[in-house]
Amino acid sequence: MFSTEERFLDEMGGISLIPPFPIDKVALKVGEVITIKNILTAMIASLALISGNVSAELQVDFLYLSEIRDQGPVLSNILPPPADQGIRGAELAVNDSNTTGRFLKHSYSLTEKSSQDAGQLIDAASEAYKSGNRFFLVDGSSALLTQLAETLPEDALLFNASNPDDQLRTQECHASVFHTSPSRAMLTDALAQWIKARKLKKVLLIRGEADADIKYTDAFKRAAKRFGLKLVDELVWNFDTDLRRAAQRELPLFTQTDEYDLVVVADEAGDFGEYVPFNTWYPRPVAGTQGLTPVAWHRVVEQWGAAQLQSRFEQLAGRWMNSVDYAAWLAVRAVSESVTRTTTNDSLILRDYLLSDTYQLAAFKGRKLTFRGWNHQLRQPIPIVHPRALVSLSPQEGFLHPVNELDTLGFDRPESRCALDKN
Amino acid sequence: MKKMLLAAMIVAPVISNAAELAYISNEKDDSISVINVDTLKVQETFGVGERPRGILMNKDRTRLYICASDSDTVQVYDLATHKIIKNLPSGEDPEQFALHPDDRQLYIANENDAVVTIVDTETNEVLSQIDVGVEPEGMAVSPDGAIAIATSETTNMLHWIDTKSHQLVDNTLVDQRPRHVEFTKDGRYVWASSEIGGTVSVVDVATRQIAHKLNFKIRGVHSDRIQPVGIKLSSDGRYAYVALGPANHIAVVNAQTFEVEDYILVGRRVWHMDLNADESLLLTTNGISGDVSVIDTQKRRAIKTIKVGRYPWGIRILKTES
Repeated sequence: MFSTEERFLDEMGGISLIPPFPIDKVALKVGEVITIKNILTAMIASLALISGNVSAELQVDFLYLSEIRDQGPVLSNILPPPADQGIRGAELAVNDSNTTGRFLKHSYSLTEKSSQDAGQLIDAASEAYKSGNRFFLVDGSSALLTQLAETLPEDALLFNASNPDDQLRTQECHASVFHTSPSRAMLTDALAQWIKARKLKKVLLIRGEADADIKYTDAFKRAAKRFGLKLVDELVWNFDTDLRRAAQRELPLFTQTDEYDLVVVADEAGDFGEYVPFNTWYPRPVAGTQGLTPVAWHRVVEQWGAAQLQSRFEQLAGRWMNSVDYAAWLAVRAVSESVTRTTTNDSLILRDYLLSDTYQLAAFKGRKLTFRGWNHQLRQPIPIVHPRALVSLSPQEGFLHPVNELDTLGFDRPESRCALDKN
Repeated sequence: MKKMLLAAMIVAPVISNAAELAYISNEKDDSISVINVDTLKVQETFGVGERPRGILMNKDRTRLYICASDSDTVQVYDLATHKIIKNLPSGEDPEQFALHPDDRQLYIANENDAVVTIVDTETNEVLSQIDVGVEPEGMAVSPDGAIAIATSETTNMLHWIDTKSHQLVDNTLVDQRPRHVEFTKDGRYVWASSEIGGTVSVVDVATRQIAHKLNFKIRGVHSDRIQPVGIKLSSDGRYAYVALGPANHIAVVNAQTFEVEDYILVGRRVWHMDLNADESLLLTTNGISGDVSVIDTQKRRAIKTIKVGRYPWGIRILKTES
């Protein structure tokens, strides 16, 4: 039986900042061969420990690295993204994990480092590694993620909680990097499947000039080709009118092309895209980065038990949970779920467990989530939402896959050059 | 003693005259539908608190307890006068609950607060609140009344509570998102469903270890869509019925060999079930299709579908004395 004291070990409510457990006491040596057998042994041990009520104390520390990027000025700046996005999701998951952990004497902590300077973040990560930290949540550029992966030893696990860049899933893969954030390809595939399922065929594509917009456009064009959609035209928005005043005049003319069934906007920063709906030449729906959007998460998701997660988050953060919060939440939960099952905080055993067939994560999307072995992308259904309601959830019915329907979203094994599981 | 006799006399005529009635909580209509099990028709619908989910009856079948999740209360409905007679303090967001064999202590899982609340249904007093894992949902009390179990959906454990000391005594880790627990009549085993794990664990009450684990496989249904939630055990100990959620099937499990004998097609997103008095009929609540399937347990197929309110969730059949 637990004593009251033990059970309330982490009842402080918020984030505990217990100094990291000396790593040499608990971890296997780096380079030691980790096998499925190790995992099984650990799991069997875990079963014995829980029912026997004697478990070793474990400390798991996360460092949240947030790279502050200058988005540049945007026209529709009415509803800026929350300044604390991401970190709050991680915080909630650490609280959840500590609630679970107190039954097992497992304890989780979270610290944050944010900076505009990638160098500072890498230094902070190296410092944390030296003092025993093995779990890093990253909200930053592809360059930062790659540099971190190359700088830190291989037993440091990096979780990409915000970056949708496809190249991180197709070319620049690292054994120590896991993606809980969906790729752009997953988002645009999810949207393209919905467009197809609604029997819409002809699409007008409008994009901004930013790098991210070009990447979103490329991702959508790939999806359109995969699922047989026709692009009637691709237009680049490079006007400098203040659309808050002139959208009604400018946009209909801008979208006067051959007839389309739907307009897809690629404007990740929200520069002009918010003004496209209801202003197109043909009165057609608008989707993409604005209008009907494919997302990792949104407040309107409330099926599959999500209502409880949403209300816990709102209680903690005083605002709605968004996609970055959710991806950070997922990353912490992915680790803590593995710690619960294996009863170890050894990051290499946990890495193997995350990629094993027995691994599964419940994450309020109606089915279990697993990682793709070839690029360490978390498979997940993609909600398709408008600002006030859930419209659909992809993969759409009928989009079949020989192994896992979730692999109809994003880069399937043959489409990725990574092959991390073939090494 | 005199009082009890008197109470029995008042209650008895109501039971003997009435047909069997099934009470169904409609999660998104804030109402209860009442189906006459003889005619298989909805004979009444009445309004209750917000988002009603778990429902159950007391021993002498005079009261219906209703978890009104979004009203943060457990309502007590008098089955004779057809009125809500009181609201019990339940803690936040009650989802499922279980009545102790003493017919007084109600064990309530508070999903938002990670606690189990114990309420005295006579004095309306909160007797205790016990910390459990994240999102407690399933709740059961052993037939001898010694142990209560709560399942926590995000912590993935069965939490064992000593009903005398009101202390947590043990935890059993099961597969992802455990949602429902049910003791066998002899109290030796407890059946626990894991919705996302897609399994049912049969846990030995003596050792608190998983003794058997059931897997399900339906032709033409992807394994990810097989999500067990409700469990109903036949009183002769021979069968277990498991509701498989979005797989839209009920599994018929041989409770002795733990083999799945059959799968019965029902409505969409099946949540919970109850058997009628002679256990010839099994009624299921189908959340998405908004109806109740009536299964002939001999023929093992659905013989009728009855439209009820939006998102039917919990179901209890008021049994007549046989």
